[in-house]
Amino acid sequence: MLLIACPFCGPRDETEFRCGGESHIARPGPAETVSDERWGDYLFNRANPKGVHLERWLHGHGCGQWFNVARDTVSHRVLAVYRMGDPPPKDLTP
Amino acid sequence: MGYSFLRLAREALRDHTGWRPAWRDAEPKPRYDVVVIGGGGHGLATAYYLARNHGARNVAVVEKGWIGGGNTGRNTTVIRSNYYFPSSAELYDLSLRLYENLGVDLNYNVMVSQRGFLFLAHAPLQLEMYNRIVNALLVNGIDAELLSSDEVFRRAPLLNRAMRWPVVGGFTQPRAGIARHDAVAWGYARAADRLGVDIVQHCEVTGLRQAGGRITAVETTRGTIEAGAVAIVVAGHSSVLAAMAGLRLPVTSYALQAMVSEPVKPILDTVVNSPATGVYVSQSDKGELVFGGGLDLYPSYAQRGNLPVVEHVIAGLIEMFPAFAQLRLMRKWAGIVDVVHDSSPILGPTPVDGLYINCGWGTGGFKAIPAGGWLTAHCIATGGHHALSAPFDLGRFATGALVDEAAAAGIAH
Ligand SMILES: Cc1cc2nc3c(=O)[nH]c(=O)nc-3n(C[C@H](O)[C@H](O)[C@H](O)COP(=O)(O)OP(=O)(O)OC[C@H]3O[C@@H](n4cnc5c(N)ncnc54)[C@H](O)[C@@H]3O)c2cc1C
Ligand SMILES: [Zn+2]
Repeated sequence: MLLIACPFCGPRDETEFRCGGESHIARPGPAETVSDERWGDYLFNRANPKGVHLERWLHGHGCGQWFNVARDTVSHRVLAVYRMGDPPPKDLTP
Repeated sequence: MGYSFLRLAREALRDHTGWRPAWRDAEPKPRYDVVVIGGGGHGLATAYYLARNHGARNVAVVEKGWIGGGNTGRNTTVIRSNYYFPSSAELYDLSLRLYENLGVDLNYNVMVSQRGFLFLAHAPLQLEMYNRIVNALLVNGIDAELLSSDEVFRRAPLLNRAMRWPVVGGFTQPRAGIARHDAVAWGYARAADRLGVDIVQHCEVTGLRQAGGRITAVETTRGTIEAGAVAIVVAGHSSVLAAMAGLRLPVTSYALQAMVSEPVKPILDTVVNSPATGVYVSQSDKGELVFGGGLDLYPSYAQRGNLPVVEHVIAGLIEMFPAFAQLRLMRKWAGIVDVVHDSSPILGPTPVDGLYINCGWGTGGFKAIPAGGWLTAHCIATGGHHALSAPFDLGRFATGALVDEAAAAGIAH
């Protein structure tokens, strides 16, 4: 069971949250300059690392806010929690 | 030597002293025509069909652990072909047809048991959707039958008649069923070995070498192996291997859990699945109830799941079959599955010459092992696609021609 420290509510059980997948994916543009390959990459391809993953979580059964988590996908350890729009912690950036 | 009734009788008379290992635990050679990475069902079947269908004689399967130790040995063994789109129906039904004859083909008892797969409907609208699916299946040439609630209870008498959302009907694919997971891995391994395939265990691929856009070798924990062609067939580790070739994949790895109860006398002779409770269950030939549900919904390479999903699955199971509450749980485990946005596999060549991929089966690729191996072998041997694999090319994520089984068949993977 994960214990996730929501930046707004504090530590809560994983059942209150939903993982929204990889964070920091920038939409390419302007649209007319983006190839099908680049657009497909943006929509579908994911880093899916074995190790530190920067991901978005939603405190759905709580404050309803989105935020970022850095989590190890092998140990499941939550390494950092930071707000939407904030850059990832330097030491955890791949 | 082949397995037969006579052989069994002879070994019984001499205290079973004549059995030999079913395959050689090979040392890696410096070079192969084809190196298949991953000794799960799909990798072993790929090697077998390369040798059997295409006459390849210099093939290795390299496996970081032991064969069948990944998802193939962790899955709940349901085989079926009730998919919605024609391209999926053709793929999965080729697989089911190959399964139907696999024991004879491999001279290995893979214990295929076509006991039917029963989907439950808990609301009239759900039954209407099943009506639509059954019609689509019949149009695709797949066997399927719509069932009234009486017929459902006749097939699964222990099913709860007083569910909070009672069963109003269902549908079944009669040719669906289960097979023995380990036997599928071992049967393919033995048959491939007899055709000269080297099965190299405890050999982890750590790098992929290229020269001029072409794959040339795999680096492993047991040295570098040169290769004419390489196939990545590693399920949950597909993104990790693809990254070694500089490729990104539309794959996310999740833990999928399953569990078994203590063994009991025969009480359930079909596979039952309720999309509403999110639970499916069958009884193994040993008597254990084998059951599971949905994914642990955050990316994971941990090969173990968390308790909230276990609680959810068991609650659903007991709602469906209250009698099962008396049973003790024996084991639970997880495998790391490779989930793709359209819930369809990725099969065929990659942008790197000589590099092929077979992945994206997610929570449902055991049923596809014979077809996945057959088609991957075809792609490697011909350098192109088979008509049945073409719709599942990696390129569909740039063209947008997805095979969106998640939305169409209502299957959660
Ligand atoms: C709990 C559970 C229940 C399931 N139930 C069903 C079901 O009822 N029906 C169904 O059809 N499907 C089911 N599935 C899905 C099915 O198990 C898989 O889709 C299928 O087994 C995939 O086979 P594979 O050969 O591609 O992968 P695997 O069997 O996982 O084999 C991949 C192999 O690659 C190896 N490998 C990884 N990295 C490396 C490396 N760097 N070097 C060398 N080797 C490497 C791994 O060790 C592994 O042995 C289930 C899965 C799980 C986890
Ligand atoms: Zn909160």
